[in-house]
Amino acid sequence: MSTTLLMDAAAINRALTRMAHEIVERNPDNANLALVGIRTHGVPLAQRLAGLIGGILKQFITTGELDIAMHRDDLAIRGTPVVGISTINFDVTGKTIVLVDDVLFTGRTIRAALDEITDFGRPQCIQLAVLVDRGHRELPIRPDFVGKNLPTALTERVSVRLTEVDPQDEVVIAR
Amino acid sequence: MKTWQRKDLLGIQELSVDEINFLLDSAQAFKQVGERTVKKVPSLRGKTVINLFIEPSTRTRTSFELAAKRLSADVINITASSSSLVKGETLKDTALNLQALNADIIVIRHSAAGAPHFLGRLLKASVINAGDGAHEHPTQALLDAFTIREKKGRIAGLKVTILGDILYSRVARSNVWLLTKLGAEVTLAGPSTLVPRVLERLGCRVVHDIDEAIRDADVINLLRIQHERQRKTMFPSTGEYTAMFGLNKERFARMKPDSFIMHPGPINRGVEIDSDLADGDRSVILQQVTNGLAVRMAVLFLCSGGQLTES
Repeated sequence: MSTTLLMDAAAINRALTRMAHEIVERNPDNANLALVGIRTHGVPLAQRLAGLIGGILKQFITTGELDIAMHRDDLAIRGTPVVGISTINFDVTGKTIVLVDDVLFTGRTIRAALDEITDFGRPQCIQLAVLVDRGHRELPIRPDFVGKNLPTALTERVSVRLTEVDPQDEVVIAR
Repeated sequence: MKTWQRKDLLGIQELSVDEINFLLDSAQAFKQVGERTVKKVPSLRGKTVINLFIEPSTRTRTSFELAAKRLSADVINITASSSSLVKGETLKDTALNLQALNADIIVIRHSAAGAPHFLGRLLKASVINAGDGAHEHPTQALLDAFTIREKKGRIAGLKVTILGDILYSRVARSNVWLLTKLGAEVTLAGPSTLVPRVLERLGCRVVHDIDEAIRDADVINLLRIQHERQRKTMFPSTGEYTAMFGLNKERFARMKPDSFIMHPGPINRGVEIDSDLADGDRSVILQQVTNGLAVRMAVLFLCSGGQLTES
């Protein structure tokens, strides 16, 4: 199996900076903006984006974490997942929530995340930001903010690595 | 990756330390579901859970029922008096009929030790032991351990005293197995008729003097005097039991200041515990109830996915 480097640390940073500006532009009334990362890699991405957006707007951006294991639809196919804790320490009702994940693939994770976030309340609207969109959707879900569009074959594996949990920042594809 | 492979939860005795910790960690996640606006997750949508309670129970049955409902499963409760068991149907036939209705999980309480194990071998459905005779009550031990871990941050190295009717107690047995596996030092205490020396074989200390039993305990777990299993000769009167072994304010004052009181319920106020102590801020009796729901959600969730291995 060969791996190819798609994005290095600088490229990831450039993509996130652009996405941060797009999120600000798309949400002129940004007082109710909150970023929610999907575990595991969506969480550090949400924190980085919140830092960048906070820098642009000169205000603190609320963040949260979502663990979607209990909302999966493939319990019978994949076996018991490790369930983690969702940390949403704010009232989501009336907020503009930007869900953040590393790779958008089938859309099933996002479907589960949408179900879960609405268990905490009724957001005003939910948007989706992903670092990589690799295609092959199985549900009618599309991202609002994309770091990199990446046409892939189903057999390929896209991995996002971030220094918060991995040795270095990089996006690689294995084929 | 650590994962849960079991179809059934029959007892604590056969579980590994890793399995226990995995279960407690999962319960942590499920506890937080109870604090949300919508206290329900779709994990077991479309699954059927049957509570087969051949022996009376309110809190365990209610807790399992609510746990299943919070996971979006459909739940049916069967009690001995309302089932065909009173017409002479065997447990085996009752269970096979439930399986023929495509039940996915059967939660069983039975007065005979080993009844859940028998069903576990017989059925394709998951079987969860909600108490079998004087043998095991695994979810009670798990929720007790969860509560201790939540209050103290650890279990290893703690001194836990279990006081009361040990001889007939499945709660005591499951607790001893679980706590000793996780490295706690367990003391069993009570009258010698209810706490025979032979229990030392479980790997714990046996004491017949309450002051010695509670002096250096970090946790004291009080067990109810089980009138329904009691023979008249075990101790002269409840009044004498209370005088000799009841937890009253004077005894409580001699306990370690950071120790706390647990009780699996239902409590006999004024018998094994002073009423004010049961309601006091060092009693975690009601937190145990809350935690029991989280633990049972984790058990139902893990056992229903447990037939398959992680891909």
